[in-house]
Amino acid sequence: MMKDTEIIMKYLKSTISACLLVLLLGMSVEAQITQKAEIGKFAITNATIYTVTNGVIENGTVLIENEQIVEVGNDVDIPSEYEQIDASGKQVYPGFFDAGTQLGLQEIGAVAVTNDQAELGDFNPHVRAFTAINPSSASIPVTRVNGVTHVISMPVSGRLAGKATLIDLYGYSPDSMAVTPNAGVHLNWPTSKKGGWWDDRTDEEVDKEYKEDLKKLNDFISRAQFYNKMMTDFENNPSNKEQPDMNKKMQAMREVVKGEIPVIISVDAKSDILNVIDWTKDYPDMQFVLAGVRDGWRVADEIAEAGLPCLVSTLYTPERDYDNYQRPYQNPAKLHAAGVKVAIATGGVENVRNAPYHAGFAASYGLGKQEALNAITINAAEIFGVDDKLGSIEEGKQANLFIADGDPFEPMNHITDVFIRGHKIPMVSRHIQLYQQYLDRGAKTN
Amino acid sequence: MKKLLLLILTFCFSLTGFAQEKGSVLIKDGTLITITDGNMPNTDLLIEDGVITEIGEDISAPRGVETVDASGKYVMPGIIDAHSHIAGVDINEWTNPVTAEVSMEESINPNDINIYWALAGGVTSIHLMHGSANVIGGQNETLKLRYGTEMDDMRFEDAPRTIKFALGENPTRVHGQGFDVQPRTRMGVEQVIRDHFDAAIDYKRNRQEYLDAKQAYEDGYRSTPPVPVAENERLDVLVDILEGEVLVHTHSYRADEITMLMRVFNDYRIEDYTFQHANEAFKVAPELKKNGAYTSVFADWWAYKFEVYYSTAYNASILNANDVKNSINSDSGELIRHLNHEAAKTVHYGNTSKQDALKMITINPAVQLGIDEKVGSIEVGKHGDVAIWDGHPLSIYSKTLKTYVDGKKYFDRAEDADDMRLKVDAEQEFDEASGRWYNENGRHSETCLRGAEIRFSKQGMKLQGN
Repeated sequence: MMKDTEIIMKYLKSTISACLLVLLLGMSVEAQITQKAEIGKFAITNATIYTVTNGVIENGTVLIENEQIVEVGNDVDIPSEYEQIDASGKQVYPGFFDAGTQLGLQEIGAVAVTNDQAELGDFNPHVRAFTAINPSSASIPVTRVNGVTHVISMPVSGRLAGKATLIDLYGYSPDSMAVTPNAGVHLNWPTSKKGGWWDDRTDEEVDKEYKEDLKKLNDFISRAQFYNKMMTDFENNPSNKEQPDMNKKMQAMREVVKGEIPVIISVDAKSDILNVIDWTKDYPDMQFVLAGVRDGWRVADEIAEAGLPCLVSTLYTPERDYDNYQRPYQNPAKLHAAGVKVAIATGGVENVRNAPYHAGFAASYGLGKQEALNAITINAAEIFGVDDKLGSIEEGKQANLFIADGDPFEPMNHITDVFIRGHKIPMVSRHIQLYQQYLDRGAKTN
Repeated sequence: MKKLLLLILTFCFSLTGFAQEKGSVLIKDGTLITITDGNMPNTDLLIEDGVITEIGEDISAPRGVETVDASGKYVMPGIIDAHSHIAGVDINEWTNPVTAEVSMEESINPNDINIYWALAGGVTSIHLMHGSANVIGGQNETLKLRYGTEMDDMRFEDAPRTIKFALGENPTRVHGQGFDVQPRTRMGVEQVIRDHFDAAIDYKRNRQEYLDAKQAYEDGYRSTPPVPVAENERLDVLVDILEGEVLVHTHSYRADEITMLMRVFNDYRIEDYTFQHANEAFKVAPELKKNGAYTSVFADWWAYKFEVYYSTAYNASILNANDVKNSINSDSGELIRHLNHEAAKTVHYGNTSKQDALKMITINPAVQLGIDEKVGSIEVGKHGDVAIWDGHPLSIYSKTLKTYVDGKKYFDRAEDADDMRLKVDAEQEFDEASGRWYNENGRHSETCLRGAEIRFSKQGMKLQGN
């Protein structure tokens, strides 16, 4: 991390006119000064580049022009118009990708009016996270200065909670942030088990409820398949048929039943995971991704055989009291060893910035650094079909990357620069601003 | 028959005796992170009968004492969590804004698996706190993580008494909003505290006058018996606080409420207190320093409620730079598993030195709990509460290998069981459903309000869901 004076100097330099204006208005210099992102031509030099897809390049250069990476390598000519960023002794990584969050949908947990992730109703495929992403959420800069540049943000309530969206963490509108406005539909899998000791339903009641829930889900999908067929027939041959009535929910399911976007299935318990695996076989045209998957290590081979990718985390307590204490940390490694593609998903909001540490624990407990890096970059990009532009440092990909003064999985290390879609992001967040304001508040007390 | 009874009694005592057993071990050639005296590479550490007796080179093991090779490993004092609810049975006696008379001392479950998971993260002592539903809550209990023993064996012997206070949203929500009982506001919170301190001062005087008068009557110096002033356990505890016998740990967030309480404590001459959570303590770091107040904070939790919205993960570093004695706590069964990692975040957020970061999970919380002469560093004469790590404890790649409490090993990674069922609950259902993953991951679940979810409202009793 830069020295504080350097940060402040940089800050002042780039916002000198804003400062003058503020001073002219007679306001405190501590008032809001907004530094803007820069876009243009940047050369990151002398860096150790973790490309993810093409190994590690020592003493390398990355050229960024506007939104793209135009060259990566050891032997790169740097045209004079490029602004050079010397990354000697530093490491460059692709922007980290948290494949399951509620970021942008919630501002303050306990203040209900700031919570937009839980719409009423059980089947809401037409409800879109994309609509409610707040680009001004204080959590967004807090997250991106830690190197997390992309997230899946998802609605969470009911059975079919709504459409998840894939956004990057820079922009003034959901439109400018969205990589894939509809990245998947989120399904809360109906459990076939009791919730815990407090659940006083009989086994028969639990089973009956599960079957009812499953039937509702299957019925909903059958209707969607029928609707899609009817609509497709009409679209293919409009003169032949009467136009079917519009149904928003069914319309929203078309891209799901056609397999264009995945169903992201939140499921944790072993028996539920096995039920999901069976269930997906009934829908060969659809795409599925599992999320949570806390018992995944118990049935890793079955998940691998079904070819289902998993969105997982590590920082939670073991599912059952008698589980080995390391299981949450080991879950990604055990899934990977069985052949499952894993990506990191924290499920979080304000602390999505800890995604690198979820990956770090996975790395530490068996996954290894390279695979953990994959899990927080390219794997997520592949699962959501955007690996042509995200997830690694390669020529032609979007310039989403960050510079760190060491291994970013180590909490002691610092992120010094972040680029999102080629934009050099100001290293400013509420947390940093409060630090700068209060570190040395001055001697005056009371 | 008598013999049989004796046998049973002997057996019972021997079981208890076993639980209280203190251990001896020689840990050789490790890098000792002493906390108070720097790092000592290739140094031996001898613990005898639960106490550190020797630190140095080439110590030979006394007869019968096991030797553990720690070459290439780190040995650090057991981590101390100044804010925890693991091992707690009931957490909140929320029925009144002031419940100083209750205590966590009979609310301890030595078999809570969270204790074992904490040991696996190198933790050896916790401050088991009452919840934050009331302004003056119950008394807390400082524990050693002697997992699987008896309730009495969990207590940290001779640790000072402590009590929980709570300011801000929790008490105003539970009492003002929930019951229409003061406090509804932060203004009310201040008055609840002052009212009760005043009442305690009056009670102490009146009770003493009554006792004196009673004595005088009994001794014949007085003709009529005095009007009795009944003993009041709640006020007794408040008197103890005013007399410095009980350390106050206050759940608090905002800078204004923190300064309010310092003002109140100055008026009543209360010292040696700790602000718990204290997300906005960084705003009044110089005032905290001036008053000698301590803080115990999260590494990075924020935005889960309004009073923590204007927070910064740089809180700990700002406090440390302003010379406020700060600790990093968990308040969570998850964070307590990696408090070393939480402490490392203070290096990330604000460049706290590694040594200071480690102090925040060892000697600093020990000071805040008044147990720093016994634990919190590796020094001769201190308790044999240590953990062996396979790398520097602030690295994410390091793991706890063994954890000792009083020289007795309570965790060993090499002997760790795959299935703890026999130790926990052989009857436990294997395959129950879990909560939704996205509701819990790394998020504050308000353990402080555990048990206070059922609240009475004007419409009747209401169970507050998640």
